[in-house]
Amino acid sequence: MGIVSRGFRGRGRSDDSDRLPPGQYRTEDFPVLSAGPTPHISLDEWTFTITGGADPVHWTWDELRALPSETLTKDIHCVTKWSKFDTEWEGVSVDTLLEAVEHDAAYAVAFCHGGYTTNMPVEDLTGGKAWIAFGYDGEPLDPEHGGPARLLVPHLYFWKSAKWVRGLSLHDDDEPGFWETNGYHNYGDPWREQRYWGD
Amino acid sequence: MTETPHVRTLVLDVPGWPGHRAGQHVDVRLTAEDGYQAERSYSLASAPADGPALTVERLDDGEVSPYLVDEVVPGDKFELRGPIGGYFVWDAEEAAQPLMLVAGGSGIVPLMAMLRHRAASGSKVPARLLYSSRSLGDVIYRAELEQLDVDVVHTLTREQPPGWTGYGRRVDVDLLREACFAPSDDPRVFVCGPTSFVEAVADGLVSLGHRPGRIRTERFGGA
Repeated sequence: MGIVSRGFRGRGRSDDSDRLPPGQYRTEDFPVLSAGPTPHISLDEWTFTITGGADPVHWTWDELRALPSETLTKDIHCVTKWSKFDTEWEGVSVDTLLEAVEHDAAYAVAFCHGGYTTNMPVEDLTGGKAWIAFGYDGEPLDPEHGGPARLLVPHLYFWKSAKWVRGLSLHDDDEPGFWETNGYHNYGDPWREQRYWGD
Repeated sequence: MTETPHVRTLVLDVPGWPGHRAGQHVDVRLTAEDGYQAERSYSLASAPADGPALTVERLDDGEVSPYLVDEVVPGDKFELRGPIGGYFVWDAEEAAQPLMLVAGGSGIVPLMAMLRHRAASGSKVPARLLYSSRSLGDVIYRAELEQLDVDVVHTLTREQPPGWTGYGRRVDVDLLREACFAPSDDPRVFVCGPTSFVEAVADGLVSLGHRPGRIRTERFGGA
């Protein structure tokens, strides 16, 4: 326990503790965190590319939408402390996309419109743990929340769920992304409270 | 120090403070008698040369901000983590381009750290601030802003005092065109405020021809 803050009572103490990672609080809002302006990308121009395998593989919007998709309900956890429970998404599993790619890479970097990048081990993108999400709460995903499509990796802090994603590059070695080179933890497990460098 | 009826500045004495960059934030952790803890992030308001100070706005449905604004007295202790963040920052030593700051409400706080840093370091880089507030009484740092060698443009969105000659509307593209450096001036742009404000400002600046990569944003609140 830390220093007791004189007169602070707080209001939490809900029975969310098995779902709420350390240092997080629950919100019903859906806050927006982005480092720059929101890109507006037309579906005609949208593509998704995976590089770093035997050959680059591309999907157009229509090709992505023709793949089998899933609806999933997940809790999400932002490094800025808010968590939102039971968010409902529609998307294509990254497993489905990687089936089209011949590779033996251990690491991946998601790259995005606007220049954002974020890195993670390939094993955090496979086995039903990650999706390219284009639907939220039964509607197309809003641009400010990453639409047309964002990466969804809900078991890591939400900055790993890159907005406006346009592809993945696969690598033998880990390559830290945007926030990971700006003070934030390289892996970002909310349950181990890996927020910043040194956690 | 009270800034407005809803906003207070806390000057902190942090043993071993490592120094910070203008625009960075800290995490504050409060602990109740029974061990319950709550954490939130707050922007540093001070110039790096002046040590850490936070300016906090009371959110009526908040858990931590009412405590920091209404309860804390000098001598109280709480836990701090930081400084944090390496992107929404401005270093006077490295800056050559004009500095364009756009603030909505308490979004002024990290931008004020940049203006204080600019003044303290003697930087000659041209700087402008476009600052949207609900009313004149909600303007944070009003007197100090008048003392700085900076073009400050206020807009008051809800209530204007009698005789007010400044802007009296929400920030739109025309207001951005009139109040901001032009894209040809190649300014460094920092925008901070509520999500809807930042979305409107950043979209407007892009539509005026500012390069998206030159616009750095920090948003708060739900969408």
